[in-house]
Amino acid sequence: MAEKKKRHINADILFKAAASFCAALIFIIMAGILIELFRGSHLAISKFGFSFLTSQQWNPVTQQFGALSSIYGTLVSTAIAMLIAVPLSLVIALFLVELAPPALSRPVGYAIELLAAIPSIIYGMWGLFVFAPFLSQYVQPLLKKYLGFTPFFQGPPMGIGMLTAGIILSLMILPFISAVMRDVFQMVPAVVKESAFGMGATTWEVTRKVTIRYGMQGLIGASFLGLGRAIGETMAVTFVIGNDHRISASLFAAGNSIASTLANEFAEASDKLYLNSLIELGLVLFLITLLIQIAAQLWLKRLQKTVGSQ
Amino acid sequence: MKITGKILFLVLGILFTTAFSGKINAESLTINGAGASFPYPLYSQWAYKYEQLTGLKLNYQSIGSGGGIAQIKARTVDFGASDAPLQKEELDQAGLIQFPLIMGGVVPVVNIKGVKDGQIKLSGPVLADIFLGKVKKWNDPAIANLNKGLKLPDLEISVVHRADGSGTTWIFTNYLSKVSQDWKGKVGNDKSVAWPAGVGGKGNEGVAAYVQQINGAIGYVEFAYALENKIPYVLLQNQAGKFVAPTIESFQAAANNADWEKAPGFYMVLTDQPGEKSWPITGASFILIYKDQKDSAKAKAMLKFFDWCYNNAGDMAKKLNYVPMPKKVFELVEKGWSKEILSGGKPVWP
Repeated sequence: MAEKKKRHINADILFKAAASFCAALIFIIMAGILIELFRGSHLAISKFGFSFLTSQQWNPVTQQFGALSSIYGTLVSTAIAMLIAVPLSLVIALFLVELAPPALSRPVGYAIELLAAIPSIIYGMWGLFVFAPFLSQYVQPLLKKYLGFTPFFQGPPMGIGMLTAGIILSLMILPFISAVMRDVFQMVPAVVKESAFGMGATTWEVTRKVTIRYGMQGLIGASFLGLGRAIGETMAVTFVIGNDHRISASLFAAGNSIASTLANEFAEASDKLYLNSLIELGLVLFLITLLIQIAAQLWLKRLQKTVGSQ
Repeated sequence: MKITGKILFLVLGILFTTAFSGKINAESLTINGAGASFPYPLYSQWAYKYEQLTGLKLNYQSIGSGGGIAQIKARTVDFGASDAPLQKEELDQAGLIQFPLIMGGVVPVVNIKGVKDGQIKLSGPVLADIFLGKVKKWNDPAIANLNKGLKLPDLEISVVHRADGSGTTWIFTNYLSKVSQDWKGKVGNDKSVAWPAGVGGKGNEGVAAYVQQINGAIGYVEFAYALENKIPYVLLQNQAGKFVAPTIESFQAAANNADWEKAPGFYMVLTDQPGEKSWPITGASFILIYKDQKDSAKAKAMLKFFDWCYNNAGDMAKKLNYVPMPKKVFELVEKGWSKEILSGGKPVWP
């Protein structure tokens, strides 16, 4: 009997050790990546220093490298994607949980999950061969006509560029965000909703004041999941963003993102400084993602406090 | 228990077969190469055909010219392939020799409503000015002067270039640097450059797709992509002042007229070559191998394969829209082999 207990304890210790090792592995891998990125980019870091982040110059011939246009493109394309995808996902998820009859919500739910399983290169090719021509023929001329006085919708309507990249990205992250949001809404206890209905609230009031408020943390979490995917998305963006190392205010103009620059230029970068600069771009992307994660955590914490105090 | 037994049996079986087949592979000769992606479709077809004929196994990995150079220098492959030749000093430093195996041409293509194949003529300096962003419209006098009688629209020119580093860009910017001082000073010649204008497509197929979609676009692609996608090409003015069309004959003319004997280490870029029929943006794809070969039998088998490519496989190349090297050139190459490639101090070829 005692021996059996001892064996139990041993197994427990073993299991705990294995589990904590696996958990630690994540940190080890993260640290490994970070160290490797620093090591791989030390030439560029020591040569360009801080100006790497502020210079627009990207010239493999003269060996002058600056990441500003790539950082700008990454942030702008992601921002466009989030602006479109988050409200749309919210509405889709609400519809599925609150409004749609089960006979409808189930197949639509499956369809959304299926959308998430499409490889990104398919989105890229669809974007280039189908969506971009459609944009350039029908949508961009209209935008130019009515909003052309703003600096954002100027230049020839080519169908490719920052705007297209942002829209394609939004389509790609939409299924992730809406699937998680749907789960969040489903977890709102029926009792809470029913009591609100019992007090005479309309569906809209219940949705706004109960469902959304209850699931706020989950909704923000879902949005950041989408953001994380959008910011590092590579192939689809590379196909449609136009790949140009210049910053322009117009969303019709071509641009680039960190991931697309890496995808394009890594294979043929044979010079040491060039390769170092590309790896430093990867480091920048890593740090941006980290910063966003930290900001998200802080935000959630503050939210927890305010919601808790209510 | 039964299932585990079955799985174990299966795994052991797989292990045995792989170990066994590995042994067989090691006994027969396998040659590994890596590099430029431009000749990949041809090299893999050649390898397939050659294996059927002789049983020699040849693997070619298309990892890009830069990768090919890195791999051969690290001695992980038997030969490397690059679209841009290496300078003689770099070759000597690494103990390599290079020779051109196949050619191709880079072709400017356009998308202007009403303009068909070979209808629009451009000269080198005007092409450079377009890619510099200095000539902005299709009815610019610089273009109109070369195209009297052709009605050109008042349409903005959209420049399309490669976004990825590529041998095609190397050849194209090499040509522009030769014909335009302005280009040479501002942009230069490399596998990827800081483009002063336009948008970038990934790969030949990306550039072809962009050009076909943007009204008023001009881009540059490998010859085969211009043909396959049926995008209107441009007639270019060559060094002799003649306007020529991109054809297998005009590419070969450029190679024939180039002065190979005076090119140390076959450092020869076929852009802007003399001759009335020469297409001005022709390029060769090069093979890199070590002068000092460890395994004489392997070295000989490899050179035999290249010799077969030169002598017997030109038609296969033409079918895929590649351009075989002229006889004059490959005879010179093979002469170089017998002098320079040694194994244990003895020549390997012939």
